[in-house]
Amino acid sequence: MRLSIVSVVSVLLGTGIASAESVDPTEVQYDEYGAVEASLSGVPGDPASGAEIMKSRAKGNCIACHEVEVLKDAPFHGEVGPALNGVGSRWSEAEMRGIVANAKMTYDGTMMPAFYKTEGFIRPGDGYTGKAGKEPLPPILSAQEIEDVVAFLMTLKEE
Amino acid sequence: MMKKVLTVSSALLMSTVPALARGPDDNTLVVNGEIEMVTKTEAPAHLDGVLPEIISGWHYRSEETQQLQSDDFENPSMIFVDDAEEAWNTVEGSSGNSCASCHEDAAESMVGVSATYPKWNEEAGQVYTLQNQVNACRTERMGAEPWAYDAGPALNMEALIASHSRGMPVNVAIDGPAAETWEQGREIYYTRYGQLELACSNCHENNNGNHIRADHLSQGHINGFPTYRLRNAALIGTQSRFRGCIRDTRAETFATGSPELVALELYVRSRGNGLSVEGPAVRN
Ligand code: HEC
Ligand code: HEC
Ligand code: HEC
Repeated sequence: MRLSIVSVVSVLLGTGIASAESVDPTEVQYDEYGAVEASLSGVPGDPASGAEIMKSRAKGNCIACHEVEVLKDAPFHGEVGPALNGVGSRWSEAEMRGIVANAKMTYDGTMMPAFYKTEGFIRPGDGYTGKAGKEPLPPILSAQEIEDVVAFLMTLKEE
Repeated sequence: MMKKVLTVSSALLMSTVPALARGPDDNTLVVNGEIEMVTKTEAPAHLDGVLPEIISGWHYRSEETQQLQSDDFENPSMIFVDDAEEAWNTVEGSSGNSCASCHEDAAESMVGVSATYPKWNEEAGQVYTLQNQVNACRTERMGAEPWAYDAGPALNMEALIASHSRGMPVNVAIDGPAAETWEQGREIYYTRYGQLELACSNCHENNNGNHIRADHLSQGHINGFPTYRLRNAALIGTQSRFRGCIRDTRAETFATGSPELVALELYVRSRGNGLSVEGPAVRN
């Protein structure tokens, strides 16, 4: 009952605004390999929503850097990161959550942006305006959006 | 155990990514049937081997876009060069001078000038971009108002001056009094700005040849600036282009004409030492 209220609230509030139940971006517990055991929102992820977030330029825009065969309905997949086909067989859910929330905890110095990070940036901006932003910035993806993306990625199993 | 998985996946990355990438093409650029452009050449020593070869952004564009640059009748920048030609001969300011009063025919006096900018200005005690230099002539020698940075008349004039160096190798000095500014520019180039924490080097050094979404990443040289951008249907200045790239990292940008962007311009220009001046080029 409580949980469903939380998910309604987070749908209403949209991106960037953490619901009462979600883990604050500064409090996420990464283990020494960068994995995050606990759900960030407490609400199971929705893979269909995760797929949309990955395609959307305004959200994850993950396909800017990654090719994903099953998302080929959206045009132009990039080549900067590895193709994500079968990635759900390569990582556990906790490891995947860590990579999406802040990949630098798993891959030191990686080019992949941290999607659930709000401070510690050099010249943080206000979105894509080029103007100064004030930390803490809203995370690029909300706790629930991260969970949705992770749920989608876990469906990408090796044949 | 984990560590092993990581090394395997990064080894895979190294071997698969270049194979996927389309990379630069092997076309050759000759403008107006006479100006032969060096669009690929040995990287300058100060790059310390970070790029095996330096390659003009021209090689990463479509054949149609490339074609537009090979003939001044098709190059949309040339209208702006004509405008600047007029400005060159127009008297402005309290001294009763035009550019031509002192420099006469730009087609003679301006040959090779653009290839050496940005450059240390002894009198000013700082590195000047070409636009800084032109504005110094306007304010100090013509008694005229300075032109706004990277806006219409300043860009047009920069394009005119660049056009008289086309085909000559970019050759900016990075030693002597310019060294400090160059170092500052290098530091900016490698700084990971904004919420996306991306540096120029992430995209243009480590990923040139790869696509990022629909964009084919080049090495980000500025030998073709100012550049006519088809997407904007306008002439775009070097520092405005830098601002666009920095904005795209979700960062606070720097102002055009700021010391930071002057330093970055010197540094980025020096990465292309040896490529032909192509300005005003055409890009998408
Ligand atoms: C700017 C580029 C970029 C963006 C945007 C990006 N990634 Fe990545 N990603 C990378 C790179 C590069 C790697 C490889 C890690 C490394 O070695 O640095 C990677 C690795 C990964 C991995 C591990 C892949 C494997 O084969 O083990 C996953 C999963 C992943 N990214 C998911 C995502 C998701 C989900 C998004 C969007 C929410 C995203 N990425 C956005 C660049 C990016
Ligand atoms: C009253 C004389 C005078 C006028 C008018 C004048 N300049 Fe100059 N200009 C100079 C002098 C003197 C120099 C410095 C000596 C040199 O490098 O030729 C100079 C230098 C330059 C340089 C740098 C040349 C180099 O090799 O580094 C450029 C570019 C330039 N002027 C462009 C212009 C433009 C464009 C205008 C008009 C908007 C203009 N100047 C108007 C006298 C003038
Ligand atoms: C997130 C990726 C990314 C980052 C970071 C980035 N750029 Fe770019 N840049 C691009 C893309 C995409 C283009 C358009 C394709 C091309 O020409 O490479 C571009 C184009 C350019 C061009 C035009 C090249 C030409 O031939 O017309 C220059 C110059 C440039 N970038 C410089 C920079 C500098 C300097 C920085 C750092 C301050 C930077 N870029 C950071 C993605 C990036």
